Amino acid sequence: MDFSTFLQLLIGATADGILLGGFYAAVSVGVAISFGMLDIVNIAHPAFIILGAYAAFLANRQLGLDPIAAAFVMLPVFFALGAAVYQTYYLVFERRGDEALRGLAFFFGLLFVIEVSLILMFGVDYRFVNADYVNIVRDYGPIHLPLRTVVPFGVSVALVTALQLFLSRTFTGRAIMAVSQDRLALQLMSVDPRRIKRIAFGISIATAAFAGAFLIIIQPVQPSMGRDYIGRIFAICVLGGLGSFPGMVAAAILLGVVESITSTFAGPSWSPAVSFGVLLLTLALRPSGIMGR
Amino acid sequence: MRKRLRCAVFGWLGAALVCAGLAAPAQAADPIKIGFGMALTGGLAGNGKAALIAMQIWAEEINAKDGLLGRPVQLVYYDDQTNPSTVPAIYSKLLDIDKVDLVMSGYGTNLEAPAMPIIMQHGLVFIGLFGLAVNDQFHYDRFFQMQPNGPDAKHSLSQGFIEAAMTVKPTPKTLALVGADAEYPKVALEGARDIAKKFGLKVVYDGSYPPTTVDYTPIVRAIQATNPDVVFVASYPPDSAGIIRAVNEVGLKTRVFGGGMIGLQYASLKQQFGPLLNGIICYELYAPEPTLNFPGITEFINKYQPKAIAAGADALGYYLPPYAYAGMQVLGQAVEATKSLDQQKLAEYIHANNFKMVVGGVRFGKEGEWLGPRVLFVQYHGVSGHELAQFEKPGTEVIVYPGEYKSGELEAPYSDIKR
Amino acid sequence: MRQRTFWLVAAIAAIVVFASFRLLLVPYWFQPGYKVLQFIVLATAWNILGGYTGYVNFGTAAFFALGAYTTIALNKIVPLPLPILMLLGGAVSGIVGFGTGYLTLRLRGAFFSIATLALAVVAQTLITNWEFVGGSRGAYAIRPAHYPIFDVYLHALFLDYVQYLFFIMLVLAVIAIGVARSVERSRLGYGFAAIRDDEQAAEAAGVPTLRLKLLATTVSGALMGMAGAPLPYYLTYLEPASGFDLAYAVNSIAAPLIGGLTTWSGPFIGAILLTFLQEAATVSFSSAYGVLIVGLLLMAFVVIAPNGLIGLAKRLGLDEALAAIQWPPQVFRSRR
Repeated sequence: MDFSTFLQLLIGATADGILLGGFYAAVSVGVAISFGMLDIVNIAHPAFIILGAYAAFLANRQLGLDPIAAAFVMLPVFFALGAAVYQTYYLVFERRGDEALRGLAFFFGLLFVIEVSLILMFGVDYRFVNADYVNIVRDYGPIHLPLRTVVPFGVSVALVTALQLFLSRTFTGRAIMAVSQDRLALQLMSVDPRRIKRIAFGISIATAAFAGAFLIIIQPVQPSMGRDYIGRIFAICVLGGLGSFPGMVAAAILLGVVESITSTFAGPSWSPAVSFGVLLLTLALRPSGIMGR
Repeated sequence: MRKRLRCAVFGWLGAALVCAGLAAPAQAADPIKIGFGMALTGGLAGNGKAALIAMQIWAEEINAKDGLLGRPVQLVYYDDQTNPSTVPAIYSKLLDIDKVDLVMSGYGTNLEAPAMPIIMQHGLVFIGLFGLAVNDQFHYDRFFQMQPNGPDAKHSLSQGFIEAAMTVKPTPKTLALVGADAEYPKVALEGARDIAKKFGLKVVYDGSYPPTTVDYTPIVRAIQATNPDVVFVASYPPDSAGIIRAVNEVGLKTRVFGGGMIGLQYASLKQQFGPLLNGIICYELYAPEPTLNFPGITEFINKYQPKAIAAGADALGYYLPPYAYAGMQVLGQAVEATKSLDQQKLAEYIHANNFKMVVGGVRFGKEGEWLGPRVLFVQYHGVSGHELAQFEKPGTEVIVYPGEYKSGELEAPYSDIKR
Repeated sequence: MRQRTFWLVAAIAAIVVFASFRLLLVPYWFQPGYKVLQFIVLATAWNILGGYTGYVNFGTAAFFALGAYTTIALNKIVPLPLPILMLLGGAVSGIVGFGTGYLTLRLRGAFFSIATLALAVVAQTLITNWEFVGGSRGAYAIRPAHYPIFDVYLHALFLDYVQYLFFIMLVLAVIAIGVARSVERSRLGYGFAAIRDDEQAAEAAGVPTLRLKLLATTVSGALMGMAGAPLPYYLTYLEPASGFDLAYAVNSIAAPLIGGLTTWSGPFIGAILLTFLQEAATVSFSSAYGVLIVGLLLMAFVVIAPNGLIGLAKRLGLDEALAAIQWPPQVFRSRR
């Protein structure tokens, strides 16, 4: 193909990739908190995202709510859910120091139970939402920006920025960052680390509500989709460096762009292998990631 | 002494078990049992449930009229969960434990092929429901396929589309091919390449994507970059949906668009996309057009639709259900005609005769495929809003190929059609 | 019981099982029997790395499917007897296990687990794109009409090919359990247990942790590959989605967790119990409930009974009770 077509494709693919990367950031921010800061390997996070997507679907169908508005409504529910899950996890595993094997198995079981419950409730058909902006596209020269991906990108950036500000500016936020660095010191400052971790995990699951809303805006959803995202999420967190939000965002966008470009030029058959190949390479060569501590 | 006692006990226990195992369970002399596995859960459940409803309608009708050979018909089925590893066990159970008299197949290549060894071992007549080239591996002479692809499935999947596309003026010169990384799309695209050569079309894009693709915009953009006159897509329901959406977002400029996109035949997708379907040429198996007036099809659809809506299966029933029903018709007619359940006689009868069914007249070839294909290509015209009722009226899905069923003219170019 | 005695008892038990199936039951029962044996092998193999050494492997499906695809690939080149195919399948999966371990076992356990998840996806993508083994279209594996040796006798012994597969899997199950048991009671097993309990302390005490972990991963992967090798013949048609089904991973993790992680009998009991439960659920409600039950049981056991059923039995004193009534009977008196 000639150069101008190539350039057009490249710019288009990069734009798509950046938008996709923004979405991936929202998907991964929860694990950046739970795994990056709390050291809890919550591999059930994608299931919570799908749960969020179905919650948005229901709100959209029954109440006519916009999915993102639905996510705001579901926030407290998901937060409470996260807090409850953490409390169970703490009582059963962390206290006994058992989390390596059994904690992982617990979350794995949770992943499955959520997925199968959704299948039993909704069946395996794809569900989608009707939002006004889903079919609108804005064109700027060679760049097509479908609102379907722009809106989630925008809200995602806002979400991650808000979380970063929360973590660095508020007391609770800084306590969350502290609990992973030096739990004893935190206790000496008369802050209950369990409560802090509960709040943090609650926030982690609450982000899943948003990620789910984004997901169902971008594409139709069915219960088994979570599994495709496990590897992507952990690839992004590991690549970005555990415990660093800016790193995670950079990794998310990088992965989105690489997937998009691979898809466009080498063919989409290799896209899934991209993120996981990246993960394996990172683990083998630089496990601390781009900006790891 | 204790050892001897133990041996004796085990010996008698063993003997008792042998007797239990050998004695056939008392069989109700009456019903003729037809056994099969069907996808009632899992990825293909949408079609599986629809097929089951069709088969149950057939059984009810037969039983209302005296049954088969004077005996009532009983369907014995298990859910194969769209998981091929359940299939050998299901058919084994049907034969060894449920002792069925006749068998039918599940839906789809993946769920038919694993049954073949045990079917062949027992010498049963096996009517497949939509499987691509299953018998090419086994060359089993009691296998029949209920799908309209004909003996040359590879080419009939795209022949009609390309032939219809070539009628557009000025004659198209370039073709883009894209499909999912899976069995059916790969076969369809292979055939399309051959047919493109036959018609002198240059293939300017030839790509595939994994079924887990999230975003189809890169693919559609890449296709647009090659400026094709004709775009042929071979896809499964989730990708069909994603591609249609991407095509509308990117604003694909081409003269003929569509192909073998599975999913567009389903009520749910027709409803979801509504006017976005206008102008797409897609393969369908049935459309309520006046040219397709096979005996009994309208009555069947009318019976099927209320049941399907109640069961949450495909509300229109234009894809698999008539074929599932027709498969039972073939089996039933063969049994009545030969007045027996002997598999050899049934197989010979089915090979030797024409059948008139709700999907038209059919004659089976040597390897069990239809002697002649009947793949329809329709173009969607004048769809507005998202109501399902418009798809039940003629004029919305206009048949553009083959000539003998043609019910309207092909509109082109695709990019100019209003959506 | 000495290990040699155990092998003998296990072999005899296997023969008895096969004879009972062959002589007493209708042929259908070989099908679920094959499934149960397959899961016994997978669960036991998983437990060598998981329960004994403490590293969770989510990629069971990858090792299993690689064994299956080795069979398919070799089938296209030269027809080989099934036992040879199993050895080769085991070799391939063992090497992959070694490779994965080498890349990630120097890191924390959680990274290894995530890497195994990634491995499953990468392997599936590679196979899906490899036309030689059929790629996404799948491949057929027609069952051979003749056995490699003693054809006439074997045709009399096995009424159909599934019975032969059942027998082969029975042999593999005995091997897997025997290997697990002998590892468990050897110095190797103590090394694994040391790694599981406190890896840093073990390292400090001079246990060659990396070497042992690599060994565990390799053995575990090899057994899984051997279990996968007969699959194409069982199914006749194999495509990547069913070969790499995540259900293999769930069941191979749930079985040892429910049965008991520290001994060979845990995965054995867990596999039988779970397969039975899932079949029962499939028949009575629907298959989806079967998976739900497995998931719920997994979570329940992980929370309530961390040492599985065996652990529960020990806690309730069942093992002492059994010893008191002399069961299992000491058929062969050992000199210890």
